[in-house]
Amino acid sequence: MNQQNFSFDYNRKELPSNLTKLGWILSFIGLALILISYLVDYERSSFSNLMTFMFLGSVGIGSLFLVALEYIAGAVWSTPIRRVSEFFAFILPFLVLFAVPLFFNLHGLFHWSHSEIVASDEILKSKSPYLNINFFLIRFAIIFTIWILFYYLFTRNSQLQDVTKDQSLTTKNIRLAGIFIPLFAVTITVAAIDWIMSLEPHWYSTIFGVYYFSGTMLAVLAAGTFTTVLLNEKGYFNNLLRRDHFYSMGALLFAFTNFWAYIAFSQYMLIWYANIPEETFWMIRRWEGGWQFVSIALIVVHFIVPYIGLLSQPSKMDAKRLKIMSIWILFAHYLDLYWLVMPTHFKSFTFGWIELGFPILGVGILILIFVFKFNRTNLIPIGDPKLKRGLNFRL
Amino acid sequence: MNNNLIYSVSALFDSPDAIINAAEETANAGYKNIDVHSSYPIHGMNSAMKLKPSKLGYITLVFGLSGAAFALLFMYWVNVFEYPLVIGGKPLFQLPAFIPVTFEVTVLSAAIFTVVGMLFVLFKFPNNSHPLHDTLYMKKVSSDHYGLTIQAIDPLFDEKRVKEFFKRLGAKEIFTINYDREEISPKNKIFDLKFISFLAATAVVVSGITYFTLNKLLYMSPFDWMMNQNRVNAQSKSEFFKDGIGMRPPVEGTVARGFQPYKFKGNPELAEKYLLNPTSPTEKNLLRGKKLYNVYCSPCHDNFGKGESRLKGQFPNPPTLHSDKVRNWSDGRIYHVIVEGQNVMPSYASQISVNDRWAIVNYIRVLQRAVNAKESDVK
Repeated sequence: MNQQNFSFDYNRKELPSNLTKLGWILSFIGLALILISYLVDYERSSFSNLMTFMFLGSVGIGSLFLVALEYIAGAVWSTPIRRVSEFFAFILPFLVLFAVPLFFNLHGLFHWSHSEIVASDEILKSKSPYLNINFFLIRFAIIFTIWILFYYLFTRNSQLQDVTKDQSLTTKNIRLAGIFIPLFAVTITVAAIDWIMSLEPHWYSTIFGVYYFSGTMLAVLAAGTFTTVLLNEKGYFNNLLRRDHFYSMGALLFAFTNFWAYIAFSQYMLIWYANIPEETFWMIRRWEGGWQFVSIALIVVHFIVPYIGLLSQPSKMDAKRLKIMSIWILFAHYLDLYWLVMPTHFKSFTFGWIELGFPILGVGILILIFVFKFNRTNLIPIGDPKLKRGLNFRL
Repeated sequence: MNNNLIYSVSALFDSPDAIINAAEETANAGYKNIDVHSSYPIHGMNSAMKLKPSKLGYITLVFGLSGAAFALLFMYWVNVFEYPLVIGGKPLFQLPAFIPVTFEVTVLSAAIFTVVGMLFVLFKFPNNSHPLHDTLYMKKVSSDHYGLTIQAIDPLFDEKRVKEFFKRLGAKEIFTINYDREEISPKNKIFDLKFISFLAATAVVVSGITYFTLNKLLYMSPFDWMMNQNRVNAQSKSEFFKDGIGMRPPVEGTVARGFQPYKFKGNPELAEKYLLNPTSPTEKNLLRGKKLYNVYCSPCHDNFGKGESRLKGQFPNPPTLHSDKVRNWSDGRIYHVIVEGQNVMPSYASQISVNDRWAIVNYIRVLQRAVNAKESDVK
């Protein structure tokens, strides 16, 4: 097959400027809310900040993982929509900004950062070689260096290919993906342990990294699906996508809904069965003071509704259904993070306007960076050798 | 009987793109009873043929849900009613513990009935004869061609028009497939004598082989020359001896190796007088005596022979070995007590060898001397 001769009528279009406006408006509303909330309740805002940081982290690093996965698996169907993931991964450099306010409140967030508490606590003392502020910051730096470095390398090669049509760039990215995926496995585990699990340093769960990963995959697939369906409806894909592509995305969403439930249940069942106080207190805390309703809601929102919504074959191809389910799953991932983070510090269920600032800012920034990348890059990777097969993909 | 009843007109194409195109054109032309044959699944064929979504998903759903319900109810019945058992202090109905089993049974039931439903409901198995079987068309389709078939039952079917239609689509070869005579014969082939006797013969052969394997073959030992030897096994009968006992008692008066008969049985006075200590209390001998005394004697007599061991009060107290009576006994008399026992004390003849008994006697003498030391020992 001669790739160079393959051409199609792809006209680059820019996103409407209203979207940029929306992004700015949301960002400003979010920022204003954040400023007020930091003045009102510094501690609580930090937790909200942490959740949004992890949420955007899910979208960013998950997108990068999807890109790597497509290269290393030789996937063809997702090539036309790969750019959506690449655009979302652009959030990674900005994530550091989201982490900055957290560094000023490490003592408020992380129990183990107080040296006098650690000194009087045998368990924390034995964990202190890992859980200390210096090593924590070093890990943060290493993780983000790796993520941003690979984001840069992947997208540079991918965008260069649009111009040069050089097939060896795909080979380069496959090699990069081979290096990145093991690193991803380690870094996302460390990130989940550092930023969420260590909120309760006495508790541990060996499956926690996988748990966060399953949520990450759901969030990024939902974000990608929603955006792709929307862009396709507005004609940005020049009607080149077929329902086969949407079915694949719906199937992945469905699969990872099940995967999340499987992992979440595995974690719960072992703790429930063994019934050891040093593990069960974490679950008990989420079953008291109103949190039990959040726990039940999590099962319904994160598993039962998407499961039923995406079970049948036609529903995985239905654009409208996919859009609703994607937004729903994004919300579910936020609820999941809320359930993971908030009960560690708040004994009874807490939700108010303070928790709204950061998500609004997060959505605003996501829109802004997406529009920024979209208007400067081809939405379809026109130089990719797999593109023709990807567009002709059939179930 | 009409030997030329047409089943279908079938055409061969030589690339997957061509067959998809042809299937799409055929479906667009309004033909309903069409089928495509290829040796592997072709992506996009379902939509090209305008097939309705498969009904298989409903079978999977129904049987998956039934499996889940069955597993849950079954475990509920077993754990709550039939055999209530508290495990790990948990309630009788413990949902988290039941979920893995429910999940597995759901998957198992859904998978099995999907396959069964697909084969026997949707594919209408067992369909042991089909007009397309054993045709050149099918042979080519299953190697390197792609086939498209329009059945004669289609309302738009007309042999000539269909053939021309296929030609226009670019078919490489076109066949008219007739029913075999047997297939349209009203006689039900399953009661054919040849077929029945073949079935019967198969049944006889298979059951015979099964019987032979399970009852004979498995019990044949591959070699047995170690198991079956020309000798008398322990505790088995013997034909050689009159009484039939294989294990023979030793001849009267046989003395075992290392065994010495004791001459003063039941006669302590003679032992006192005539039994002499053949050993001398060397250091080695005394250390040996100390070791054995601590093992065999000290549990009752205590480490120093005073009879104040931890067993004191639980048994009739052993007398002290430091009484005048024992101190004045000869070595032989003490030896006699070790061999025969005294009052509650049992015989130690079977535990302690002759030389060791004398070593113990020597050690007892040391203990006695230590408790009642003489003036000269201190110097």
